[in-house]
Amino acid sequence: MVKRLAVHIGEFKKDTLMAPASVILEVILEVLLPVLMASVIDRGVEAGDMNYVVKMGGLMLIVAMLSLLAGTMSGIFAARASMGFGRNLRKAMYDNIQDFAFRNIDRFSTAGLVTRMTTDVTNVQNAFQMIIRMFVRAPIMMISALFMCITISPRLSLIFLAALVFLGCMMAFIITRAFPIFDEMFKGYDRLNASVQENLTGIRVVKAYVREDHEKEKFRGATKNLKDLSVHAERLVVMNQPVMQFTVYTCIMLVSWFGAKLIVVNQTMTTGQLMSLFTYTMQILMSLMMISMIFVMTTMARSSAERIVEVLDEKSALQDPKGTVLTEVEDGSICFDHVSFSYSDDKEKCVLRDISLTIRAGETIGIIGGTGSSKSTLVQLIPRLYDVLDGSVIVGGHNVKEYRIETLRNAVSMVLQKNVLFSGTILENLRWGDKEATEEQCRHACELAQAHEFIEKMPDGYHTYIEQGGTNVSGGQKQRLCIARALLKKPRILILDDSTSAVDTKTDSLIRKAFAEEIPDTTKLIIAQRISSVQDADRILVLDQGAVVGFGTHEELLKDNDIYRDIYELQQKGADFDE
Amino acid sequence: MSNPKTVKGPGARGMRGGQGSRNPGRTLKRLLAYIWKDYKIHCVAVAVSIAVSALTGVIGNLFLRSLIDDYILPFLGETNPGFAPLLHALIVMACIYYAGTAATFLYARLMIVVTQGVLKEIRDEMFTHMERLPIKYFDTHAHGDIMSVYTNDTDTLRQMISQSIPQMLSSSITIVSTFVSMLVLSVPLTMLIILMVVVMVLAVRFIGGRSGMYFIRQQKSLGALNGYIEEMMEGQKVVKVFCHEAESREKFVQLNDELFESARNANTFANILMPVMANLGNINYVLTLGVGAVFAINGIGGLTLGALASFLQLTRSFNMPITQVSQQFNSIIMALAGAERIFDLLDEPEEVDNGYVTLVNVTEEPDGTLKEAKERTGIWAWKHPHKAEGTITYKKLEGDVVLDGVDFGYTDDKIVLHDIKMYANPGEKVAFVGATGAGKTTITNLINRFYDIQDGKVRYDGININKIKKPDLRRSLGMVLQDTHLFTGTIADNIRYGKLDATDEEVVAAAKLANAHYFITRLPDGYDTMLSGDGTSLSQGERQLLAIARAAIADPPVLILDEATSSIDTRTETIVQSGMDQLMKGRTVFVIAHRLSTIKNSDVIMVLEQGRIIERGNHESLLEERGKYYQLYTGAFELS
Repeated sequence: MVKRLAVHIGEFKKDTLMAPASVILEVILEVLLPVLMASVIDRGVEAGDMNYVVKMGGLMLIVAMLSLLAGTMSGIFAARASMGFGRNLRKAMYDNIQDFAFRNIDRFSTAGLVTRMTTDVTNVQNAFQMIIRMFVRAPIMMISALFMCITISPRLSLIFLAALVFLGCMMAFIITRAFPIFDEMFKGYDRLNASVQENLTGIRVVKAYVREDHEKEKFRGATKNLKDLSVHAERLVVMNQPVMQFTVYTCIMLVSWFGAKLIVVNQTMTTGQLMSLFTYTMQILMSLMMISMIFVMTTMARSSAERIVEVLDEKSALQDPKGTVLTEVEDGSICFDHVSFSYSDDKEKCVLRDISLTIRAGETIGIIGGTGSSKSTLVQLIPRLYDVLDGSVIVGGHNVKEYRIETLRNAVSMVLQKNVLFSGTILENLRWGDKEATEEQCRHACELAQAHEFIEKMPDGYHTYIEQGGTNVSGGQKQRLCIARALLKKPRILILDDSTSAVDTKTDSLIRKAFAEEIPDTTKLIIAQRISSVQDADRILVLDQGAVVGFGTHEELLKDNDIYRDIYELQQKGADFDE
Repeated sequence: MSNPKTVKGPGARGMRGGQGSRNPGRTLKRLLAYIWKDYKIHCVAVAVSIAVSALTGVIGNLFLRSLIDDYILPFLGETNPGFAPLLHALIVMACIYYAGTAATFLYARLMIVVTQGVLKEIRDEMFTHMERLPIKYFDTHAHGDIMSVYTNDTDTLRQMISQSIPQMLSSSITIVSTFVSMLVLSVPLTMLIILMVVVMVLAVRFIGGRSGMYFIRQQKSLGALNGYIEEMMEGQKVVKVFCHEAESREKFVQLNDELFESARNANTFANILMPVMANLGNINYVLTLGVGAVFAINGIGGLTLGALASFLQLTRSFNMPITQVSQQFNSIIMALAGAERIFDLLDEPEEVDNGYVTLVNVTEEPDGTLKEAKERTGIWAWKHPHKAEGTITYKKLEGDVVLDGVDFGYTDDKIVLHDIKMYANPGEKVAFVGATGAGKTTITNLINRFYDIQDGKVRYDGININKIKKPDLRRSLGMVLQDTHLFTGTIADNIRYGKLDATDEEVVAAAKLANAHYFITRLPDGYDTMLSGDGTSLSQGERQLLAIARAAIADPPVLILDEATSSIDTRTETIVQSGMDQLMKGRTVFVIAHRLSTIKNSDVIMVLEQGRIIERGNHESLLEERGKYYQLYTGAFELS
């Protein structure tokens, strides 16, 4: 996993190496300072040697300046390296998602992908920064400080070793005990947030049923649970501080006692050295503390890293064909040859079974069937949004797999059931269909889609700004804009997947009329819930549970297709008023 | 719906964390008062413990000097040095040190109790208050922003209470006591130190300020990138269909680079703060040493060598708390901005309820008078106290609703409903039809007083609804909304939401009435199936059926229905429809209608256009009029 992520450091390799390098320099200088201070006190101040004070003071000033420089450099390098790493990760994920096929997209939720690209990357880049700054710093600091201690007094260093072992054990104990509780605590947070979220979206229900007190009680339960868990977990964690203090103080007293004896009795140590030993005590034990902190941080970032790698490792389910590829779709004829399809590649769970049918160029085909009859699935095979499991889909006389994907999709224009407009003006949205389209062409497409009239009525006409998600146009308007956008591709085949469900019957029929008159050569596939939307099509395809159960004109089907007749009669009886 | 996983508790940075507080002083005072209210003893104990702990550190530093001066140097060169005084001093120090450790332990433990207690209190209070806010608040505030108050703002508050405030206190005590000790040792050197401290504080303010500025920029770019990713991921399939990948990348790269720039700057300044401060401390040390040595060696200002050494030791322990105070200062300012948003929420005016007419159970005497009953009788009446006469009258709950000359606007300057007149007799079905934005849903919002009208009157069984207590009014009205909302819990819990004390039999009966029983029994755990995340595991139709069952179990005399328009297939629709029909029997019903069958058999149909009732009548009479209804019916206009 580390390797998969590390590739994306990319051009920031230099910074990634320079950051710890300057950290090492900084640490060494930092460790030098106490020794210098000790000698200045021993030989300068206490001996009253002003020259020595000036000389060593100057040296210390230089060391401090260098250390300042090194520290600043490491900060700059680390920021560049880690933020750059984050940038590259986001870009790599985004790039990969752009290559996703529908099948890949289905596997992730929108919210999930957004979280992975923002929160998760932030966690990982912060952990990365921590690693390149602290992970080098702490052990080096510990080792060099320990080394200095040993040069001063090997025997006193034993105290530090013992302290290290003690503190290490205590911290490992605390962390391992606290982790599972923290896990629980995070879940408690999630529950709490879910509860607030739920009350925000459902506030009308809460108020309508006068359940404010009931919700309050539920919420109080959740906060109490969270409080208890937090208290439990934090009680363990805050032990760190007193344990650390206890160790530091004990070390200081032991060093004082034995140090005093070494100075007075054995005379193998100076008072300045003793003072520097106290500084090293802090440095050594603080680094251990830091290591335990890094450990906690990186384990927290691990699940984020896993989620990122999941996106990076997702291989696009569709590839452009190798070798010679077709870059032109000749006409709008479609042929399904014994096609089977399954979302899970499992032959047992086919949602389309052995479909064979032929559609001539320029035909208008209606497709009808209940929920779960795989209408959408069927048409999504035509622009190769999914690949068939068995059989083949032939467009314009060639298997769809022989075309360059872009060629195919430009020739097969599809209006998705769950369609989206993007933030930007109406014109910008329309030009998704054709970047070079003139305003005149856009207007024409809108006229065909019966959208021109309402666009003209808007204050800014074609330059009206569409909000994110198209929230400032009605459902019916949105659908018509999406149709216009699809028309601008001047496709050989036009597929409408339940795309006029929010458009009233009259406009719906005007759209179909315009299609018949203005784009007669384009093959039109229309999926609809309403019989009225398809009854004047050249032929109507009736699907039921992934199989073709009827294919013919409205009259033919009414006569001898039970399912079709059923739907027709139900709709006549309980017709929708506004659909 | 946003994934709850995206908002984590500890560690999550507020999206708006960089914004400053409007009035930090007042907020801080209010917050401290809030903590003080429930934790007086804790606060005192914490303050004492922190003081003990901080002073232990200072005393420790002073001891190290006297260790050398008093216990080591005098014995240097002696053949038979006495270690008894040292041992004695060490034992005293041990007591002080371990008392300090105990104090640290104590305040850390106490702080948890205070922090978590205050947080729970604040969360509960926010939630309780939120539940009392008018619908308008929820309609006019982004849910993400409200969520963020519960997560990010509460979290910064946690850090502030548990870390920043104690550390500030501890550092301040260290600084003051060290400073006093320094003054005692040498006034001129202390002046020098003050100078250096000023430099250090300036450095922190500069670096911290820069860092903060870029941090705000970083949050902005992150927000922009976040929004873009969200939009593109939502429309990813459209991107594929239009082969728009390259364009989609282009804008992303631009936003991504912007974020990189601001994040790099913000982190650079945050990163260099510590090394700069530490080394300024070292430089400070060297300068003090130089000046001090000149003083001591030349005997200026009466500075002895021992005093200089002590002074230097104090200098070293002076850096850390100064850095800490300046750092904590920044985070406290940030946390106060969050606390301010919390208080803003708590200060939102609650839904006003001046009603005094209540809904009570009654028994009907043979002579037709109503008598209030304690138990559930199935007959409800409005208990109407008349203050002037000091009498109480009872009016049977029947479901007679009259709107007279009602004007309404979500804001005062934009009236969306004009002069609405309508009446519904008990048991009648009133349908509203009209295009999106015509004001259908708005009317129903007025009957249950989610919103209050600007002008005119709404009467319920002859009583002005402003006189009726809101909870009682709403209890008498059932609502089935177009967007069905389910709660985390079992299916049975969700149905029971309409009547909390309903028996299992009642739940099943309601489900049967709503046609929901069949699909529920097919679920793996039947009525005990857990729903989470708004019941997303159920289909739109199934959710609707549960909402109908929920209204059925509440058994209200008046119903407000917003029919579903989403594309549920014809067969499910018939099932939902017959569930609705069952529910409507014998009740006064206001229905926002989309389906011909609903509209056809309504007693009254109101055709709304731009906030006015333009036609009224029944299906036949309206068709005869050949007006808007006729046009709508024949499908010349778009509705949804």
